[in-house]
Amino acid sequence: MSEVAIRVSGLRKTYQGRAAVDGLDLTVERGEVFSLLGPNGAGKSTTVEILEGYRRRDGGDVAVLGNDPAKATAEWKSRIGIVLQRVDDLAQSSELTVREWVGSMAAYFPDPMRPDEAIELVGLADKRDARSSSLSGGQRRRLDVALGIVGRPELLFLDEPTTGFDPEARRQFWGLIESLADAGTTILLTTHYLDEAERLADRVGVINAGRILEVGPPATLGGRASAAATVRWIGPDGPRELTTDEPTRVVLDLATRFDGEVPELVVERPSLEDVYLRMIGSPE
Amino acid sequence: MSVDLTGAAARARTTAYHPPSLLSVYRVRAVVELKTFMREREAVVFTFSFPILLLVIFGAVFGRQDISGGVRFAQVFVAGMIAAGLFASSFQNLGISIPIERDSGALKRLAGTPMPPSAYFVGKIVLVAIVATVQQVLLLAVGVLFYGLHLPTEGSRWLTYLWVSVLGISACTLLGISATAIVKNGRTAPAVISPIAIVLQFISGVFFVFAALPGWMQTIAAFFPLKWMTQGMRSVFLPDGYQAQEPAGSWEHGRIALVLGLWLVGGLLVSVRTFRWRNKADG
Repeated sequence: MSEVAIRVSGLRKTYQGRAAVDGLDLTVERGEVFSLLGPNGAGKSTTVEILEGYRRRDGGDVAVLGNDPAKATAEWKSRIGIVLQRVDDLAQSSELTVREWVGSMAAYFPDPMRPDEAIELVGLADKRDARSSSLSGGQRRRLDVALGIVGRPELLFLDEPTTGFDPEARRQFWGLIESLADAGTTILLTTHYLDEAERLADRVGVINAGRILEVGPPATLGGRASAAATVRWIGPDGPRELTTDEPTRVVLDLATRFDGEVPELVVERPSLEDVYLRMIGSPE
Repeated sequence: MSVDLTGAAARARTTAYHPPSLLSVYRVRAVVELKTFMREREAVVFTFSFPILLLVIFGAVFGRQDISGGVRFAQVFVAGMIAAGLFASSFQNLGISIPIERDSGALKRLAGTPMPPSAYFVGKIVLVAIVATVQQVLLLAVGVLFYGLHLPTEGSRWLTYLWVSVLGISACTLLGISATAIVKNGRTAPAVISPIAIVLQFISGVFFVFAALPGWMQTIAAFFPLKWMTQGMRSVFLPDGYQAQEPAGSWEHGRIALVLGLWLVGGLLVSVRTFRWRNKADG
């Protein structure tokens, strides 16, 4: 049995002659949380929807849990979970309760959790009998996740799961994803929030113009760990800034010069956001 | 809390795939459809009261007019409304509700699960069958109580009622599903589907005596199922003497079965080939 959950090579997809995905390579290990980052229109959603079996590709090789998603069988679908990006069916036209939603979804899978287990995992136990249309946006997103995990997937796709969340709801949601990852679920997460990727992902892949620019752990992406640091402080003539490979020495010098506290001292490595913005700014 | 989140992972490698039984999934879908429908209170009230409202209005305006064949217009009209009720609860219902579900992403969500696609349609068919049955009982009751409708006493007429209803509603269900291929999105669905239904009702002998319509209109109507369904229902509820008023001079049971059967087969072929689980805007 291969220990690779997703293997993609040379993936291509064109819409009306325009390449949305243009020779994309990607490997996601089993048990890994992998985050795809990229601007709108970079090809994230197209890629993910090809992996989920929703879209056909125009070229390249794709294996998801060892199968070609273009030839999706019910057996294969029973091993993946999908949390889609834009679905309104829980809000609109649904008078079903949380329990009825999760229960009906469980009925499609060969070996599901008990619906109440899935509901408890996403923290909706006290909303079990509420109709889904009466839930808040964050609660509805949790219900989306409950529907995605009730079949006990080996691989879970999360497409922009926390868009529109307030900071507290986002933190709670992260806890849920971490517990899923701890239990061994492989997760492919797409997100616009770099702090989210940094917190959750074992590795991130930056995608732009239909290609992967770089893949690596968030802490070292784009040479972040070894990059020059910036030291900032307020000097006698106003704010000062120095970029250096030896920030400790600079701080020691400053401490000597100021004879104690350095006013408003900050030492900064490039954030994931800095690295990311630099990468997508120059796709070469 | 310790929950076996990926128990499936270990088992999937060693054991064969044992999907839930088809029957259990069908039952779940039928329950989902029925609960969703029953809890939309406005929709329930409207669905069941609209044909009766039409019956009351047209009955009040034209009901007392005698038409040839010793029959009052109300009787012809009730028979027509019984057929139109079947048409509305199948064609109109699905032609509008499916594009809305497709827009909302409900169908996309289902398509990503191991649910057999047939289960979705079985759920819809059960809903249509139950809505149509309730509708029929209400229309028959109002017809008998207020509009001089005679419930047939011969078994053969009930048999006709049964096969015309079942064949008609099956054809119109598939037609409704087929129509969702030409409906772009949920917002425009009523604007596309409702006029089709209303025009067909006008030219198929629901609101007017069919034989009194212009010849070209009769010809157009004869291509569509509703005309044959109203004719079938007249054969159930009107005296045989009225046959002479039909364009062919008879009830044409054979032809009714043939036309509805053709629509059934055509609807099935088109549905299977064109059904989309995602909105066009979604690629």
